[in-house]
Amino acid sequence: MTVHSHISLEELEEIVHLIRRQYGYDFGDYARASLQRRVIRCMQKSGCLTAYELKYQLTNDRVFFAWFIESLTVNVTEMFRDPSFYKELRNTVLPKLASYPTIKIWHAGCSTGEEVFSMAILLHETGLLNRTRLYATDLNPANLERARQGIVPLQHMKDYTSNYIQSGGSNAFSSYYTARYENAIIHKEYRKNLVFATHNLATDQVFNEFQLICCRNVLIYFNRNLQNRVMTLFSNSLAPLGYLALGMKESLLFSDARHQFDVVSPTTRIYRSKT
Amino acid sequence: MTGCKVVAIGGSAGSIPVVAELLQALPANFQFTVIIILHRLKNVSSSMDTILAGKRSGIMIAEPDDKEVIEGNRVYLAPQNYHLLIEADKTISLDYSEPVHYSRPSIDVTFESVAQAYADKAVAVLLSGANPDGADGLLAIVSQGGMAIVQDPATAEYPAMPQAAIDRNRDVVILTPETIASFLHTLND
Repeated sequence: MTVHSHISLEELEEIVHLIRRQYGYDFGDYARASLQRRVIRCMQKSGCLTAYELKYQLTNDRVFFAWFIESLTVNVTEMFRDPSFYKELRNTVLPKLASYPTIKIWHAGCSTGEEVFSMAILLHETGLLNRTRLYATDLNPANLERARQGIVPLQHMKDYTSNYIQSGGSNAFSSYYTARYENAIIHKEYRKNLVFATHNLATDQVFNEFQLICCRNVLIYFNRNLQNRVMTLFSNSLAPLGYLALGMKESLLFSDARHQFDVVSPTTRIYRSKT
Repeated sequence: MTGCKVVAIGGSAGSIPVVAELLQALPANFQFTVIIILHRLKNVSSSMDTILAGKRSGIMIAEPDDKEVIEGNRVYLAPQNYHLLIEADKTISLDYSEPVHYSRPSIDVTFESVAQAYADKAVAVLLSGANPDGADGLLAIVSQGGMAIVQDPATAEYPAMPQAAIDRNRDVVILTPETIASFLHTLND
């Protein structure tokens, strides 16, 4: 039996305000349509019927709050999602990065790490992994804990293998992991140059300089205002002529930063800093 | 119905020929917006927009980007592997959260969002399919004062989806594809 929870957009603002005031997480510039859906989903899971009940729980129960924040952020990801994107990385971007003695890549909003593992495999296959450092950040500590373990649910591996092959991979995909019970563990040698850390795109600052930033399907959860903030942050975090990769349906066209980038690949949404 | 701003069409198995037929039937200068949600494969290249446009020349079918402003006289197709939502300011908001009824895009997700954004200015049409997606969404459309149309299961290649919606909602209008087409033709302001 599904619980019929509902909150209005006005009540959503009250929840956002309460979370910011009491716990310091700022969802003020998150896109409302998806945030409202997520909040209602959390309410259904926890049995809260009204905004009043939810506010009561959030105010009085720290354990509930921790669960709420972890469930509120979208933690869905895939290995080699959009194979055409990874093909473009392999053929166009990585050969350019190869000219650097050391390569630094930032995965912003890495969730449980699937895209970072995909990148590490690509770098391995192009001979660059040993001189690359991958920084993977997310605001959700539970995601990072999972990502550090290198564990991917085995049930998705068939899809991921098909993605990998479509992306131009020619090795046996199974050579990259060990299957154990319900999970696949990505071999340690492909994870040795990965650094995981918490970073909140809504509030935190520049922490390093990168030749490539991947932030795919994260900006869709932000409104224009926050998207602009993050684009400035990326722009300031990119090395000269550095690359920026967004999701297949995320466009720089709607951002104030569009004049600072050239389009490398319009279909796979890879951009390059002009300066 | 007067003042219709949006027609949202959801379909799964067996719905593509019907969607193409409905698009052919749109009036020449329709003022409303059409949003199509189809269950389809992810991570493969797709020419669905071209297939749906069919023989009708001049129709604009686009898979929108996130934050795109929704306009009239346009057909939007929900992109593969995203849920499609609509913000209060009538811009597209894409979402990559868990599938609903094993589906992303999910028809329920878009219908519920359309119901909230357009209320009684919305028409939702649910077509052939083998999955209960869309039934909850139509409930939301009706509760906000919009109009819910279901393809007559007897005419559907896969009747499970329209039947699920009929079982769940008393206030749906059950029509054959031909009747839906002629209804859409009269829908212009």
